[in-house]
Amino acid sequence: MKYWRQPLDRDEIQVIRGQVEVIKDRCKGCGFCIAYCSRGLLVMSRKFNRKGYHYPEAAQPELCVNCHFCEVICPEFAIFSSQADAAGQQPPVGE
Amino acid sequence: MTTALAAAPPRHPHDDLLRTERIPHIWCSGCGIGIVFGSLMAAITKSGLARQDVAVVSGIGCTGRMAGYIRLDSFHTTHGRAIPFATGLKLARPQGKVIVASGDGDLLAIGGNHFIHAARRNMDLTVICVNNFNYGMTGGQLAPSTPFGAKTTTTPQGNPDEPFNFCALAAACGASYVARWTALHIRRLTNTILEAINHKGFSFVEIVAPCPTAFGRRNKIRGALDLLKFYYDRSVVKNHLAPGEATIDFDHNLVVGKFVEFDRPTFLDHYQMVNRGEVEAWPATGVDASAAGQRKAG
Amino acid sequence: MPGKAVLTGTHFMNGDEACCEGALAAGCRFFGGYPITPATEVAERMSKRLPQVGGVFIQMEDEIASMAAILGASWGGQKSMTSTSGPGFSLMMENIGLGLCTETPCVICNVQRAGPSTGLPTLVGQGDMMQARWGSHGPYEIIALCPASPQEMFDFTIQAFNLSEQFRLPVLIMADEVVGHMNERVVIPPADQITVIDRAKPNVPPAEYLPYHPGPDGVAPMANFGDGYFMHVTGLTHDERGYPTMTPAAQVEMTDRIVGKIRNNLDRILDYETLFLDDAQVAVVAYGISARSARGAVLTAREAGLKAGLVKLNVAWPFPEDFIRELSGRVKTMIMPEINLGQMVLELERLAQGRCAVRLVAHPGGTIISPRRIVEAIRQALEERP
Repeated sequence: MKYWRQPLDRDEIQVIRGQVEVIKDRCKGCGFCIAYCSRGLLVMSRKFNRKGYHYPEAAQPELCVNCHFCEVICPEFAIFSSQADAAGQQPPVGE
Repeated sequence: MTTALAAAPPRHPHDDLLRTERIPHIWCSGCGIGIVFGSLMAAITKSGLARQDVAVVSGIGCTGRMAGYIRLDSFHTTHGRAIPFATGLKLARPQGKVIVASGDGDLLAIGGNHFIHAARRNMDLTVICVNNFNYGMTGGQLAPSTPFGAKTTTTPQGNPDEPFNFCALAAACGASYVARWTALHIRRLTNTILEAINHKGFSFVEIVAPCPTAFGRRNKIRGALDLLKFYYDRSVVKNHLAPGEATIDFDHNLVVGKFVEFDRPTFLDHYQMVNRGEVEAWPATGVDASAAGQRKAG
Repeated sequence: MPGKAVLTGTHFMNGDEACCEGALAAGCRFFGGYPITPATEVAERMSKRLPQVGGVFIQMEDEIASMAAILGASWGGQKSMTSTSGPGFSLMMENIGLGLCTETPCVICNVQRAGPSTGLPTLVGQGDMMQARWGSHGPYEIIALCPASPQEMFDFTIQAFNLSEQFRLPVLIMADEVVGHMNERVVIPPADQITVIDRAKPNVPPAEYLPYHPGPDGVAPMANFGDGYFMHVTGLTHDERGYPTMTPAAQVEMTDRIVGKIRNNLDRILDYETLFLDDAQVAVVAYGISARSARGAVLTAREAGLKAGLVKLNVAWPFPEDFIRELSGRVKTMIMPEINLGQMVLELERLAQGRCAVRLVAHPGGTIISPRRIVEAIRQALEERP
């Protein structure tokens, strides 16, 4: 992240790392999540889901900051984010 | 380990409140109803209310299908009649929280009479109205919200009617909480729905939402994303603005915000007060018999 | 006597008031209504009585809202009712259908007046009988009771609630202006002598509950809002889970259930009384206030040595088909007096299938049918050559 000046508490701030999950067969390909992802990490997959829609996938998953915006804007409940732990290890899915 | 876990489908945070066996839902790609529905579920979760104490009542139409996807006591009633049904439900079980979620045509055309009277009574209901400016389920006909000049399948040359301003109408009828957002004001919308749920009395939340399939397509805003942005870009937040001035003007003055919030007794409060004999007989001042004859007519 | 749901004792009251007292005795605690002559007195008394027993009365903005509200209240766990007359009954039809489709117990009292349209608001009619049976769209069966006196208004209202709770459907009380406005002796028994039936509740864990899975009698147990069963209720064609299912097969299954619970339980629903039927050559089949005219006529005919008998239909819908079919084989003529231009008489014709003559004594509304006209019809029927 670039700053025009360094924040005074920069050392104390930890950027949260998130992990984005797509339930691809729920997706109808509206593209809202891709357009509004604050980090621009989502792209439309070239693949089709079971219903014949292209669905989003994380092109740069490491950029996710777990802002949940994809989750709240998705009209299909097909995408969400969760917090990845500090070690960068992914929390188990299905939790 | 990784492969075993990968086989399990990821569980969405709303899955607890969703009838997941019915998902994917019937709403079109890019329909705003799903966003509002997610907001509603988030607000219900945040409210901390026990699940069995919340009911969702819908009428007919696209938004009317919300009731069918939420894992709560949920009622999909007849066209326009969600509010009176909810009124009976609430009065029979006052400790329950009753949320009405329906569309603009359902709530304010065929159901308009019920809407104004429930607002007048300050019936303790939360009414969520997804306004997509047309009847989507039947293929895009004129609604009481359709902008003047807009094309629908029953106004192929353009709408000759003036639309209602729902928020002004609700406020004029006595609603004690009135707010409007677009479907892209998601976080504010969720907070508003939460406030509306916690508000005691008739609360009304209007959401301007895209219907790309039936409405946008006929009015040259084809993409869902374009329509979502179209409404958002023309919106201005003006909290506490007089509801009559809270216009839906597509020339960069689509007013959103919370317009009304005040406390007044609900129907049931008043009903109980009256039955306990706590309400003074009308007229409060009584009739002054001696003065009656003194004032000359005319 | 504030606070008492059952006003045990002997009273002088009109039929509308007796209907209200019957409802309270049956456990009704919600009334949503709209004023209409000649049913207004039901609402008026309810507005006074319900708060005394911890219930809620609300005057809704119209009859559509009234009907919707009582369905909502029923799902809220309260026994609920409304009352109306012809024009309001017409407005209620759509939501009566919702009640039938969603299997929602409630009671609608229609104090019939003469129509069509605004008609004669203050005068009697029996012109809504076929509307009661067929007025809402689509296939269904309905239960309609026909009281002929204030006492029956009390008794039948209790029975209407019991049937609605047992079979999970809106039950109609098809009264009329004369019965509603007539003042007579009404005896209200002690509460412990009144049979009150409540809806069956599910006794399985919520995860296993199927809101439309019928029990042995064809009726599914009903959870209410707040019981934690998280049921979905829809007027769309639905499966046993209550979920919309847009297939012809689901439609067959659902309509089989809502029709079957009536058709397969006729012995628990049908109710009629007979008089002098054993040797009767002419049977007068009547309901509501016309059954009282018919009774007078049959008594007069017997005094004159005419072999007339009476069938008084306490339940008009479902129609006692087997009984009428059998009756048509052993009488010369069946006569139906009714205050319309021929509605229930069509049922007699349908079931007689030419085995006996069927005659209508009709009046379009505004007055009851005088016993004299029925006696005349009995005499004529006996004189007619086969």
